[in-house]
Amino acid sequence: MTSAARWDAIVVGAGIVGAACARALVLGGMRVLVLDAGFAGGGTTAAGMGHLVVMDDSTEQLALTALSLTLWRALAPQLPAAVEYDACGTIWVAEDDAQMAAVREKRDVYASAGIASDVVGANELATLEPNLRAGLAGGLLVPGDSVVYPPVAALAMLAEARAHGAVLRESCRVDEILDGAVRCGDETFAAGVIVNAAGAEAARLTPGLPIVPRKGHLAITDRAPGFVRHQLVELGYLTSAHKMTSESVAFNVQPRATTQVLIGSSRELAGWDGSTNRRVLREMLERATLFMPALAQLAVIRTWTGFRPATPDKLPVIGRHEQTPGLWIAAGHEGLGITTSMGTAQLLADLVLGRTPSIDPAPYSPMRGAAFAEDHA
Amino acid sequence: MSETKASEVTIVVDGREVRAPSGVSVAAAMWNAGVTTFRTSVSGERRAPLCGMGTCFECRVTIDDVAQRRACLVTVANGLRVSTRAES
Amino acid sequence: MAFGYRRGPSRDALTDYWSWVVTSASSRMACDVVVIGAGPAGIAAATRAAEAGRRVVVLDESPQVGGQIWRHRPGRVPSGPAARCIARLERSRAMVERGASVVDIVIDPSGNGCAVMAERAGAPLVVQGAALILATGARERFLPFPGWTLPGVIGVGAAQALHKTGMSFAGKRVVIAGSGPLLLPVAASLAADGARIALVAEQASGRDVMRFAAGLWRHPATLVQAARYRAAFMRTTYATGQWVTHARGDGRVQEVIITDGWTSRTMPCDILCAAFGLVPDTTLARLLGCVVNANGVVVDERQETSRLGVYCAGEPTGVGGMELSLVEGEIAGLSAAGRPDEARPLHARRASLRASAAAMARAFALRDELRSLATPDTIVCRCEDVPLGAVDRGWTTRQAKLYTRAGMGACQGRVCGAALEYLNGWPPDAVRVPAIPVRCSTLTSEGTERVPSATHGA
Repeated sequence: MTSAARWDAIVVGAGIVGAACARALVLGGMRVLVLDAGFAGGGTTAAGMGHLVVMDDSTEQLALTALSLTLWRALAPQLPAAVEYDACGTIWVAEDDAQMAAVREKRDVYASAGIASDVVGANELATLEPNLRAGLAGGLLVPGDSVVYPPVAALAMLAEARAHGAVLRESCRVDEILDGAVRCGDETFAAGVIVNAAGAEAARLTPGLPIVPRKGHLAITDRAPGFVRHQLVELGYLTSAHKMTSESVAFNVQPRATTQVLIGSSRELAGWDGSTNRRVLREMLERATLFMPALAQLAVIRTWTGFRPATPDKLPVIGRHEQTPGLWIAAGHEGLGITTSMGTAQLLADLVLGRTPSIDPAPYSPMRGAAFAEDHA
Repeated sequence: MSETKASEVTIVVDGREVRAPSGVSVAAAMWNAGVTTFRTSVSGERRAPLCGMGTCFECRVTIDDVAQRRACLVTVANGLRVSTRAES
Repeated sequence: MAFGYRRGPSRDALTDYWSWVVTSASSRMACDVVVIGAGPAGIAAATRAAEAGRRVVVLDESPQVGGQIWRHRPGRVPSGPAARCIARLERSRAMVERGASVVDIVIDPSGNGCAVMAERAGAPLVVQGAALILATGARERFLPFPGWTLPGVIGVGAAQALHKTGMSFAGKRVVIAGSGPLLLPVAASLAADGARIALVAEQASGRDVMRFAAGLWRHPATLVQAARYRAAFMRTTYATGQWVTHARGDGRVQEVIITDGWTSRTMPCDILCAAFGLVPDTTLARLLGCVVNANGVVVDERQETSRLGVYCAGEPTGVGGMELSLVEGEIAGLSAAGRPDEARPLHARRASLRASAAAMARAFALRDELRSLATPDTIVCRCEDVPLGAVDRGWTTRQAKLYTRAGMGACQGRVCGAALEYLNGWPPDAVRVPAIPVRCSTLTSEGTERVPSATHGA
């Protein structure tokens, strides 16, 4: 059964990236159909921390996250309260003088991209976050970073898209992307623009996309009002996120609107095995209590895992894919999907609609070929 | 601490001394003493034990500085301190 | 292992985590059979396995053994089967660890046994065993209705548990409104303590209840219970085909509204006991990936689940009462001890009791009206204060959790999950560690191991 061609664009995947893309394309005047194999926001989006963070692992990552944060800030006033947008800021925590030197460099790099940040010393850090252990050297406070609750954020973006005419079909798994169409079982939907926003599963639909699942664990505590005020990340997080092959944990905690404390993070390559790796979970929690000893007393009420869609060069894939006419990719965001959903959607819409791209699209191009293998060390 | 008989203990609930027969649960001792609010819910409702067996978590209070203990599963002991004023 | 049992712990195939579990926890025990739950099923299982010569460790959350039905204060074991079974357990030399809440169970990757991690008074306790018996009992099914969150609204089994652990009902005006054979015995024991039982309202119709009572002669084991029901019935107003629709009060329940579907009346009360049957506690079975169907954990004739070496007995295999729990417990204990054939004489009794249980479930099936008691404003998830109106019937359990937080609170969906399963037909979500909220420190090492840095590996 083939539906009459009434769509300008079909977005495959109703996670945060697909939702943001659908919204951007609809606002650009397109008739958009969004398809999801499960329910909206139920994949990697549901597992993520929802940290909106400027990250400088590379110039390109900095450009995309900075653009995204600007767009999130502009969107924030319209977001319903249930999205729990909280401009709590991030503190990158430095353990010693060497890391403080890195903190100062980071401030300069951020400044070059127009991102405000403040270097804080040991005493100020202790005042800002009393539950951090004594003996830390200080850190970098980035006040413009924030936190959202990802599944509801995706729903909010989809709600806006649907209010402008977009249609969402859930429990509709795309089996194949064809020339100007997608097939779900025996249904086919046609459109001139097909966006593969299938996250960790994107390579199933576009073979050859170098996106693999990178598993992470998270844990959340019972309510602990005032326990932590900012998102806290150790500087070593960047190294953890950067290394592709090994297993690693890094200190990363977040205050949630409910006053629960969200504890991360871990990375490992485990194929599609989503079961809890008790050893990695334990190491993650140990690392967290190393930085915040009082965490040991909090009650952990849930843990879960998720699959980050990881690419070899740590940059997402955004743009036209020349393998199939009309095929576009918006996937491979690793641990920055929530953050860069807005920038990705803006850039994708710019390219699809023929506008001047908001940032240089070349580094994210699906056709960047050999550049995928480059290690931005 | 006031004098108690051997078959009685005294616990402290939010600073108030409460006598209870030894062997009863903290939840029972609190309820018998007229405590009808064990915790306050997310939206501000007063809550008290529901299931009596440790599965509903409505009776969770701080006991001897350890938070989130289910009062229905803890037996009273002399000097045991209960605080109902932890989180929501 | 000397007893010809199928397996014993093998140290050759251990992972890093298994290795940590068995060597570094502060309090660690090794045994042949771990029993989780010390209600009738757990007591029977542990006793039989220990009498068969196995080293047995029993873990239970409560300060005393007995589960719900034999709940008691220290030194006050109820006479009758409770006293006999508990005494026999004590003679059997099975070790009982009370106040221990099971957080996680890890199966040895080589298939030889398991490690059970529990938390007791905020500290970790690890028990390693060759075989595992889950005897985790049942919980009450709470259904939301306006005012159900008021202090003083408790369950029916809850009233029994709270009463037996010291709550005084003397002089209190009590309304019991729910379903199942528990209503009358609970009314009787509260009345004996001086409670004024204003009403016992059974939602099942009089015809269904009478048919059940009349059919009891087929199942002699329950005749004794029936006699007790009749005795209690004589002293209390027992109404069938009636149910509670509202609880009202200022800061605690002060009055309730009872209906028969046609007319309603308001009754003052101090305590409302409102619960609608029992649901099997299958949490740990699901954590382990055992097959669970609509009745409960699926077991074979030896009470073994779909996971080798993991047995399940009592209410989690299907709610069926104390006698059935005892029989299933005995069979599981003998099977776990490597003597399943010695349990053969018990099979017929088990079958008979299961038939009784099925008859009981049919008699006390919940009426449709109970699905419409809650309004959109009525809180369905008490931990997160999610109103029923926020939940879309067409969602799944997981979807509701993610979109509204229902089921994400401290009770981990135990209360609202059973309600939403009844209201919307939703099967429960998957179970992950921790099976019960646990202190972070219990999930981590005691600092005896070097903490890895963020850049380790590579």
